[in-house]
Amino acid sequence: MKIDSRIVEDVCKALYIRALKVLPDDIKQGFARLDAAESDATGKAILGTMMQNIKVAESTDNLLCQDTGIPIYNVTIGPNVQLDGHQLKQAIVRGCAAATHEHPLRSSVVHPITRANDHTNTGRRVPVINIDFSDEPEVLRIEMIPKGSGSENGSFLKMCVPAEGVDGIKTFVVDKVIEAGGKVCPPTIVGVGVGGTADLCVHLAKIAATRALGSVCDDEEGAKLERELTAAVNSLGIGPQGLGGDSTAFAVHVETAATHITMNPVAVNIQCHSARRATATFTPNTVEYGF
Amino acid sequence: MAHHDFDMPISEDQVRSLRIGDTVSLGGTLFGIRDATQIAMFDHGRKTRFDLNGHAVIHTAPNVKKVEDKTKFPAGYAPICIGTTTSARMERFTRPLMEQYGVRIIIGKGGLMQQSQAAFADLGGVYLAIIGGAAALETTWIEAIEDVDLDDLNPESLWKFRVCDFGPLLVGMDSHGGSLYETVQATAAERRAHALSVLGVKS
Repeated sequence: MKIDSRIVEDVCKALYIRALKVLPDDIKQGFARLDAAESDATGKAILGTMMQNIKVAESTDNLLCQDTGIPIYNVTIGPNVQLDGHQLKQAIVRGCAAATHEHPLRSSVVHPITRANDHTNTGRRVPVINIDFSDEPEVLRIEMIPKGSGSENGSFLKMCVPAEGVDGIKTFVVDKVIEAGGKVCPPTIVGVGVGGTADLCVHLAKIAATRALGSVCDDEEGAKLERELTAAVNSLGIGPQGLGGDSTAFAVHVETAATHITMNPVAVNIQCHSARRATATFTPNTVEYGF
Repeated sequence: MAHHDFDMPISEDQVRSLRIGDTVSLGGTLFGIRDATQIAMFDHGRKTRFDLNGHAVIHTAPNVKKVEDKTKFPAGYAPICIGTTTSARMERFTRPLMEQYGVRIIIGKGGLMQQSQAAFADLGGVYLAIIGGAAALETTWIEAIEDVDLDDLNPESLWKFRVCDFGPLLVGMDSHGGSLYETVQATAAERRAHALSVLGVKS
């Protein structure tokens, strides 16, 4: 299967806009689940308004949230997919800028030192492009995540030492959820990275935060941590928007990687309730959009 | 827990009548302001031609579209999606906004902290919580972008919106020392030990 970079550009443009407007079904179901169980009147009213917003965004064909985020494109390449990697990256950048210009979208991306905004939602090393490989023959998958800044500012890394053990990991997650409070737009998905190097650990936390609700860590130890930490953070009473209630997080997601004998790193990356993502799957002769 | 409908601007007496847990809807003028706007105003000495006295500001940077028709869109911008950003980053600007410009209401998400709480008590102001991430809905409460200043900072310009029935917004912090955020943080701090014990963490 040969990939035409002009199609990639169009798809990456469409993915950005789609992600900003249509919330994935698993997140909608997550809202219904939290709403059914919420015991706090303010929390329940806030969840109701959030669900109303999802409907208004759909009926008015508008963006769910004004934050167009930092654009992230996750590319997964299967066997027998032919593409020019450099051209692919350029096509992603052009698609992202085209969505910004043509829709138009607010450009949320600035130079980190001068703070200059060139109004394209692109810049040095942005969009973030992650490339991975799968075993699905003749399948190219591009996932787009407009990562909101309110929750991205709820990102934390601690290089715990082995003597702190799993207790250190658990304590760190609970404390960071308390510290983040309402600033990260709860109910959230709390992404936790455990292990690896410092950079891998933070990347794992991002993968965890942007995973579909209902998905489970494929490391049994990580899955156990997910269950325990989900219950723990939802016992804190932070609630929707940090104004009190049971619904602090849809879930805590954990991703793990092997680490060094001297290390015990833990990272937290949080996804807000507008947990937006969109995916395009390229197969021979078709492109299908989903979540 | 009363509901208040305010036609902006408002007086110090009106703002001091608000208590945490009350709800408020606004009509008339609302100003949009953000990080870069306030860095420009308070760190770089730039001034706005707008009169913010007695008014409300919302922490936002909207999605807008440039348009030619100035009769329908006086500022040359049509609103696309207008929402609210996290307030805590702008904590240090609450007092100067109130002291130098007479702002009475700050609207945002996630709450503000002690410096702002003190400014609300000293000068007469409140923080109104809007629901972050509910921007599609919030946009339907905005009638027009009437004017814009400091627009070289776009999208972090100083925006002048005309709003109708903008709310209900929840009084999250009042001028009497009340803060729903502090109450929730205190609860979470109290419950932390139990949560860690259930997790099997040895203290």
